[in-house]
Amino acid sequence: MILHPGILALLLGALVSLVLVFFAALVGVKIMLHWDPSSSSAEQLRLERTTYLISTIVGLVLCFSIFSGLLFLYTIDDIHSLFIGAMCATGTLNANPIGWNVLLIKGIIFFLASLWVIFNAIDQSCEDTPLVRKKYAVLPILTLLLAADLVLQFRFFTGLHPERITSCCGSLFATGSGTVAGELAGLPPATTMIVFYAAAFIWLCTVLLCLGNRSGRLRLLLFLESLLLLPLSLVAVISFISLYVYQMPSHHCPFDMIQKNYSFIGYPLYIGLFVGILFGLVPGIGRVLRRTTSLKREIEKRERKWLLSAFVFFSLFLVLSSWHILFGKFQLFSH
Amino acid sequence: MIRLLKILEFALSSLGRRKFKNFSIIVVYSLTITALASVLLLTSSLKKTALNVLVDGPNIVVQRLAGGRHDLIPTDYARIIEKIPGVGRVKPRIWGYYYDSLYHANYTILGIDRGSEQFAMVEGKTPAGDEQCMVGQGVAEAQHAEPGMDLLLINSKGIGYSCEISGTFKAKSALWTNDLIVFTTGALKRFFTMPDGLATDITVEVFNAGEVALVAQKIKRLLPDTRPITIDEILHTYESIFNWRSGMMLTIFTSSLLAFSILAWDKATGISREEKREIGILKAIGWDTGDVLTLKLCEGAVISVTAFLIGISLAYIHVFLLNAPLLVPVLKGWSVLFPRFHPVPYIDGYQIIILGFLTIVPYMASTVLPSWKAAITDPENAMRGV
Repeated sequence: MILHPGILALLLGALVSLVLVFFAALVGVKIMLHWDPSSSSAEQLRLERTTYLISTIVGLVLCFSIFSGLLFLYTIDDIHSLFIGAMCATGTLNANPIGWNVLLIKGIIFFLASLWVIFNAIDQSCEDTPLVRKKYAVLPILTLLLAADLVLQFRFFTGLHPERITSCCGSLFATGSGTVAGELAGLPPATTMIVFYAAAFIWLCTVLLCLGNRSGRLRLLLFLESLLLLPLSLVAVISFISLYVYQMPSHHCPFDMIQKNYSFIGYPLYIGLFVGILFGLVPGIGRVLRRTTSLKREIEKRERKWLLSAFVFFSLFLVLSSWHILFGKFQLFSH
Repeated sequence: MIRLLKILEFALSSLGRRKFKNFSIIVVYSLTITALASVLLLTSSLKKTALNVLVDGPNIVVQRLAGGRHDLIPTDYARIIEKIPGVGRVKPRIWGYYYDSLYHANYTILGIDRGSEQFAMVEGKTPAGDEQCMVGQGVAEAQHAEPGMDLLLINSKGIGYSCEISGTFKAKSALWTNDLIVFTTGALKRFFTMPDGLATDITVEVFNAGEVALVAQKIKRLLPDTRPITIDEILHTYESIFNWRSGMMLTIFTSSLLAFSILAWDKATGISREEKREIGILKAIGWDTGDVLTLKLCEGAVISVTAFLIGISLAYIHVFLLNAPLLVPVLKGWSVLFPRFHPVPYIDGYQIIILGFLTIVPYMASTVLPSWKAAITDPENAMRGV
């Protein structure tokens, strides 16, 4: 199983990312210990130069991790035909449930690495680089996550046995199957729809309010709302968005929509959701971090772009998921 | 954005100033990508072709096992299988292999009932009697034979056996028919001296594709000494084999990737005096370390994209226009008579992302440290040539 070209590429990418970030974390620890912005010694100058290396490395790793996430999704979807009973990526993940953890870790890495790159850019544009210690303290955590990603991916792919009969989305996301996924799929679509659209509306309003208002509380509220909206949106995808995309009242799978049959609509849909939520989180974190005047200036300069990005990307998710509900032939509710 | 484009423009002119060094890197990089891309393109094309053919195969093939080995199956079994509800045509098949010691080639010999089978892509006629046969392109070429001539083989008793070639398969079907000889069932039985009432295996048609697994279970229960193989199992096996083969080849080429990464590292580390001076001047006129680092990464990206495009184009030419002469013997199979075939051109985004991961990721990783080292060069030292 391990010799599938996609799997080899994923493992190689994970290994290279881990080696790079491990190196960056080691150098980062040195910087944390000896950093002294008031000093103009040769050592401090050397450390300052090293920060460029670390920024580049984490930037590259973020780039790799985004592609690796998409490649992972496509690969598990591509190899589903090897498993008896599997019809999409869910079947492959069920063939060895460690895969679900890989997906979770990849999501966390995406958010953590993106936030690191965003705040690193801000820190580097401040002359006094006030976030140095904080951002380098995050690198060991990122290293651990990347190590977990590599180990779990390895265990997942080596534990896949094509002769094993697996259960697919039809049974996992079947209402009344007793699993968490089954429970999610079993949520009444009408209620979930109302809750989701209400939450999305409140979130979008908060983004717009933040655009016109400098209140710190609003930004923290947006942060909390984003944290809640991500799982809620995923629940909405399983509960009713999938039904409209597939035009079937009982098909709840969140992965089938990344297949060619559904014009790969899952990719822009999930990119819209994750990037939108990411930019929804940033202003809140920025509000907590802005302790110095230089940081405050830099954050305020960028905040508008973040909020607009959050609005645009989440709207993309909303448009793609609501399109079938509004204009598709399939009707879940009778008039 | 404009800043990045300006840096990119500068990177292009800077690469142009060091043509020879960058040319050599691009050549090696492109060749590495060509090797990896050829494996991926050829296997996915072979896989597609093979799976397309197999999909039309019989739903179930029933073999008899004796002592865990494949044995001849009584044709009476066909009558038992026919009675299972949902089963369509059940047909005992006679086929086998033949080693031609004169030409050192293995042939596959298949028996057909007279007039019952119609083959597409045939030049000439299907065998009308026991004294006639039909051969694939590879067999015809090996024997220098054509329709109307006689084919001479040695039968199982060691006696010469001659039959007239009534037709040949067209080259288009070579992937499946290249090493094939078709006899009538009666003639083949005599040729192999096979006892009456026995066949090589039995093919079973199942009307409802959803019931294939169930029918296979029933056959196993009714005839415990048999091994029913379903079409899905064959498809899975083929898919696994092709993945395994391409994975093996990729793993072997990964070692060349490592060598290439070391070369890239070495080339990126050894910056010339000219280059050092250039960086020194850039810094003296106001570029900071971040800008120079972006410049170096842009240079790396330009080299990667150029090598990637050249590599994929070369692989495309190698596989789809030249029919992969360097890889075919390893990836196609173990037969002596290799079919001359034309892989169907097929490239998708998935292969491109896999290739990118396998080649660009190691290149960028191995050049990041040298690029940074170049970027932090002290302007004063650089201009003084220290």
